[in-house]
Amino acid sequence: MAEKVLMKGNEAIAEAAIRAGCRHYFGYPITPQTEVAAYMAKRMPKIGGTFLQAESEISAINMVYGVAGTGKRVMTSSSSPGVSLKQEGISYIAGADLPALIVNVQRGGPGLGGIQPSQSDYFQATKGGGHGDYHLIVLTPASVQEMADMTALAFDLADKYRMPAMLLADGTMGQMMEPVELPAENCNTVEKPWAVTGTKMQREHNIINSLYLVPEQLEKTNFDRYEKYKIIEENEVRYESYMMEDAEYCIVAFGIAARVSKNAITALREQGVKVGLIRPITVWPFPVKPIREAAEKVKAFVSVELSMGQMIEDIRLAQECKKPVILCNRAGGMIPSPEQIIETVKNLQGGNE
Amino acid sequence: MTTNILLAGFGGQGILFAGKFLAYNGLIEEKQISWLPSYGPEMRGGTANCSVIISDEPVGSPIVTNPDVLIVMNLPSLDKYEKAVVPGGKIFVDSTLIDRKVAREDVDVFYIPATQMAKQMGAPTLANMIISGKLIKETGVVSYGKVEAALKKVVSAKHADLLSVNLEAVTKGYEFK
Repeated sequence: MAEKVLMKGNEAIAEAAIRAGCRHYFGYPITPQTEVAAYMAKRMPKIGGTFLQAESEISAINMVYGVAGTGKRVMTSSSSPGVSLKQEGISYIAGADLPALIVNVQRGGPGLGGIQPSQSDYFQATKGGGHGDYHLIVLTPASVQEMADMTALAFDLADKYRMPAMLLADGTMGQMMEPVELPAENCNTVEKPWAVTGTKMQREHNIINSLYLVPEQLEKTNFDRYEKYKIIEENEVRYESYMMEDAEYCIVAFGIAARVSKNAITALREQGVKVGLIRPITVWPFPVKPIREAAEKVKAFVSVELSMGQMIEDIRLAQECKKPVILCNRAGGMIPSPEQIIETVKNLQGGNE
Repeated sequence: MTTNILLAGFGGQGILFAGKFLAYNGLIEEKQISWLPSYGPEMRGGTANCSVIISDEPVGSPIVTNPDVLIVMNLPSLDKYEKAVVPGGKIFVDSTLIDRKVAREDVDVFYIPATQMAKQMGAPTLANMIISGKLIKETGVVSYGKVEAALKKVVSAKHADLLSVNLEAVTKGYEFK
């Protein structure tokens, strides 16, 4: 077993990306993700990679678009306002069917907002974000170890399905240190016959493009892409089920909210309250089936979020509103406390269902 | 067994460093640990704090709101966090920098003139390590025997010459009566 080291979540992302074969990073500093860029600035020149601080987020994402077209592993990272700026480029990358990794270490919004942790970019991350019909594969780490592991996984999934993937973290995950066992050097990349790498006069030109002026053609790219999304929804859903066997109440939470929820569950279980957790690890594709199955058994769901209630809509949709879903939230950089979650569940128990 | 530790003081006092040192001690002893800094728009002279959790179980929330153990290295931090400590908890006060006493009677309080002791040993920036040494002694959350190994992890290679003085500071705090 490799030695465990203490690392910040942001640093773990950067090191894991390098170990996954990423040699091209383009970014622009913003709290609370700047350590990703700082780490890349230090390491990339030593290993023959490219670190480039662009003049803006828009520039950085278009550099990502360019390298993605060559089939090389490439990434960018930012925090909420910066990720909003990147949306045009992300839509182009999705429209050109290119793999790339975008990291969002979320902070409170809207607007410039604040610099404290948030999950209020859930809609943006899971419903497309930019213009047009598309999705990203969205992974939500809940520990520094997962920050590392999911970075590697995101590159693999992006390559496998030829589409952009996003790591959706938040300020606490980026800033906290935990022991991490770094993944081994491993570039599980796939053949990329579509990449623009020079024809050497031996093949037809590959064209990377998201412009289709003939609507029949554009419609076909959309239909084909959604066929691919169906396969992903069938095969790539990831979630953790915690103490759900006998649960009467089901908390749904990801990232830092799931960590706080586990404290609340421990306390509630000690008081005899049967409560469990479904932690979506992919929020697109959303774990629809486990939520639907839980709805057959539990009395109610509690959606714990660092937002005004965004994931709650997916929980309601997943089980077609069979059971009530109650929101337990803080916003603007605040984090729900275990006590707040405990009180929410106890209120449900009181018969206010 | 889970110990929730909160360290608070001014930026520049090595609050985050001391937290990292305690966390590494826990890691070396194969405990579960987390370290979470405040990351507001802080600067040298502003307030800084950090949450460290050392546990036998996987750590849930990394945020410490009600510490079992509190280190305070300035008055605003004592004012802010005194009430948050759990009954029966322990508070470690740098008595060079904080001249008031802790008002609560349901906690154990340790007054250490850490900043003065650090000055006397010619290392004025190591009050954080002296107070950490005292914490190790009085809480037993990690053992003194692994202190040197933990220091080797947190003192960067660039500053390896500062290893022995850090160890001396921790020991001074550990032995302080």
